Formats: sequence, structure tokens, C-alpha cells
Amino acid sequence: MPIVFPSDEWIKALMDQLNRSAEYREAAQAWEGDFAFVVQAGAGLPEAAQLYMDLWHGECRGAFLVREPLPKPPEFLIEAGLPSWRKVIEGRLDPIQGLVTRQLKLTGPMVKVMRAPKAATALVKCCTLIETQWPDGA
Amino acid sequence: MWYFNSPQIVFGDDALSHLEAVSGRLAFIVTDALLAGSAMFRQVKARLDAAGLPIHVFAEVEPEPDLEVVRRCAAAMTAAQPDWIIGLGGGSVMDAAKAAWVLYERPDVDPAGISPMETFGLRAKARLITIPTTSGTGSEATWAAVLTDAQEKRKLSVATRELLADVAIVDPALVANLPPGLTVLTGLDALTHAIEAFGSAWANDFADGPCLKAAQLAFTYLPRIAADSADAEAREKMHNAATLAGIALSNSQVTLAHSLGHAVGALFSLPHGRTVSVALPATLDYNAHAGVGRYLDLARFIGLEVADEAAAGPALADAFRALLRRLGQPLSYAECGLAPADFQAQLEALCERCDLDTNLVASRRIPDRAETRRLFQYIYEGKRVDF
Repeated sequence: MPIVFPSDEWIKALMDQLNRSAEYREAAQAWEGDFAFVVQAGAGLPEAAQLYMDLWHGECRGAFLVREPLPKPPEFLIEAGLPSWRKVIEGRLDPIQGLVTRQLKLTGPMVKVMRAPKAATALVKCCTLIETQWPDGA
Repeated sequence: MWYFNSPQIVFGDDALSHLEAVSGRLAFIVTDALLAGSAMFRQVKARLDAAGLPIHVFAEVEPEPDLEVVRRCAAAMTAAQPDWIIGLGGGSVMDAAKAAWVLYERPDVDPAGISPMETFGLRAKARLITIPTTSGTGSEATWAAVLTDAQEKRKLSVATRELLADVAIVDPALVANLPPGLTVLTGLDALTHAIEAFGSAWANDFADGPCLKAAQLAFTYLPRIAADSADAEAREKMHNAATLAGIALSNSQVTLAHSLGHAVGALFSLPHGRTVSVALPATLDYNAHAGVGRYLDLARFIGLEVADEAAAGPALADAFRALLRRLGQPLSYAECGLAPADFQAQLEALCERCDLDTNLVASRRIPDRAETRRLFQYIYEGKRVDF
């Protein structure tokens, strides 16, 4: 059953995939830092959405659709329109390449992200495993 | 979406004379102590004198520059207030010039935080000319600078498209007397750039051309220089190859061999050209084994008769090994002189550094920890990768 992106259900499905992935667990062993993925409003998405993930040493400790302001800002915030997120989630846009070309906008220490290419690759692989339903126009 | 960037390249016989057309207030030359006393430096100075451009010289760059020397260089720039920065030397000098230029323009910026994601507004105070005196790193044509974090024994890569030189002067006269040993090592670095950039996950039509030509030139002319260091045509072609390979890597990316080589270079005192060239053939086999190689066009362009992609990676690896042998270079880290006990003692540290190396980003096959360990062990022994 496809899961709508962006949604609380979708980000929890990703959390589930990550926590079942031995590849991600190993690749992100050294990773400490939480993310907010901002999906900008646009065609198919009248209002911006924010998905939060707490990633810690190869484990996803929590994930949810942000409905209220977070108690503290996440270490990393990545922002993009729905078409760019779709390309990343479908494995058509390397997330690091997306950051370098500013198709994805990062707030947070880029150096730390650049030093985690294996974790980024494993995370995207987990994204591609989710049967995703895209809003019309995405 | 992607970009292709290159400085204006001034190349060929007497390319240095371009300096006579430079107009400005003050040129700040970044170089090293040896070069500052050389005929090459005097040639550059004479050209700038002819242009009526006063100079200020910072000649304190040492191999593998660290942040401390970069900060001293930036402070000297700030005192002198140049409107041209000239990096005259090998990769270390050009990288130091680039990084110091950033701090001169933006003293508020932490070098570790410089990334392609932000705009830094460089060129408000000065522009950059790079003049390579070795044929290898390609730094004259790249938008990155590699510095050493001496405390953490790690390389720090500073990268933004704004770091690209305005002009790169690729004059073969500046490498006419480069010692053959250094020519071979730097040339192997250039060839590794070309091959890795071609096989990169970020490879693209625009970078493919420089990759192909750089690889062809290096395979052809590096052995000629090794056989006759006075071969002027070969010197010129290798100088061009290094800059082409710099353009290639700047617009595609180097990959796994550099990640492995950087780790070895950080923990053992081996030249960069050696650490990456020894690792390269293993990575070609490693990619080919998983069916993710992208070497067919390059293999054919350098004249290898290969039927398909599956055969291209191993054939290219063999051709590269044959070149190493012909140039009298080691084919394994054991042959580089690393003692087995030392290597084994550092194996986990090597894997950790490799895992954190940014060049993994564009590798078509990213090894997990067990594979990284095996790769290091195979490369140490010079064993052909079979996994």
C-alpha cells in the first residue's frame, strides 16, 4: 500500500526501514545528529511540511511530521521543493550532489555531512524501499 | 543539473608572457623558499616588472600546508592589500594560496566551514592566478584546496566554486627541469585523477573529454619522460595532461582510490601520487567485479582492445599496473616499504579514515567496513581484487 509523501506515516516508515537495515546501521555507526527535512510548498503541496528524524549511531531514535515548533532546532535542516525530494527519494539525485548544486539547501555543518557519504547512500537506499504515493503535480 | 567550471587556461611555449598583460595595483606571490630563489621565480618577476606591477612575496609554504601557514599567509596579504594573488608552485603552494585568499577576502570565515553550498563573495579584493611548477595535482584548475589538520592527522578539504583561479598559466618551461622521480609521481597522480573522474558516479559529458585526453597523454608521455627527462615534447604534453586532469576532477570527482590513498598518506609518510596510484588498479577491479565500472570508452581511447564494459575495468587495471612496472614504481603498499606489523597495527585507523573521506561520495561502489579492510589488505599484498 503506497504511503503519501510527505506525511507522519511516511517518515515513520523510513525510520522502520533504517532500523532494519544492517547496511545503514554500519554506515552510520559514527553519526550523531538530528535532521529536519523541509518540503517547500508548491504544486501538489499547498503548505510546506517538515519531517523530523533523530539519527544516532546507526539508529533512528524517533521520526515524526512536525506539527508544533521543535523544542530546539535540529542540527541539520535540509530544504527543497517536492520535485527535488522526489528525485532524491527515488534515487535519481545523489543527495550530496543535490546539496553541492543547491537543489537541496542545507543549514548545518556541511563538512559533517560530506564525511558521511556511506550513511547518506544507505539512507537513500532505505527511502527507495518505501512504496511512495506522490501528491498530484509532484 | 550540474556545472562545468574552468579557469582561463594560458598554455604552451612562453605562456608566462601573459603576465605582462596583467594590470593592477599589487601582485602577492605565494610560493616556497626553494622556488623563491629560482630562475622560475625570476622569470615571473621579470614579467610582472614588465607589466609595471609591484610584487609582495610570501615564500613560507611547505609541503602539505596546514592552517597555521595559511593564516600567516592571509595576514601578510591583509597587510599588503594586493589585488592579484599568484600561486607559483606545486599543489601545496597553490592550495595554500587559494585558502589564504579566502581568509584575506573573508577573515570572518572558518576554513573548515567553506563549502559549495554558500556564497562567499570572493574577488571583492583580489583575483587569482595559478602557475603550476609540477605536472600532477591539477590544483591550478580546481575549486578545492587540501590542507592538513596536523592535530587530527587528517586532510581538510576546502571547496567552493569561487576558489577557481581566474587564470591558470600552464607553461612547459616551468617543468623542464623537474626531477624525473617527481615527474613520475606527480604524473601518476594526474593519471589517477583522469581515470577516477571518468569512472565517477558524477561523471558527465563535459568532464569526459578532459578525462579521456588527460589519460591518453599520460599513458603516452609519462614513459617517455621516464626514459628521457630532456624530452621537451613529452614534458609539455604531461603538463597539459595534469591541468586537463585537474579540470576533469574538478567537474566530476575523484573516488575510492583517493579515499584509500588519503588514509595511507595520513598515517604513513608516503607521497600522495604513490598512495593513490598503488590503490587505483584494485579499485578498478573492485568496481568491475560488481558490474558498476564505467571504463569502456576510456580503455578504448587509450588503445586497449576490449569487447565490453566487463572486460574494460580489468584491462585498464592491467594497463595501469604495466605502466607502474615500466616506470619502476611499486605495485603494493608492501613494495612501498610499509612493514607488515606497522600496516596491521594501523589497519582499523586506515579504515576509519577511508570511511570519512569525502571522495567516497562519488564512488560507484562504496565498500562496507569489511570490504574496506579487505581492499587495504589486498592492496598491501598486491593481490588482485576478486570480490
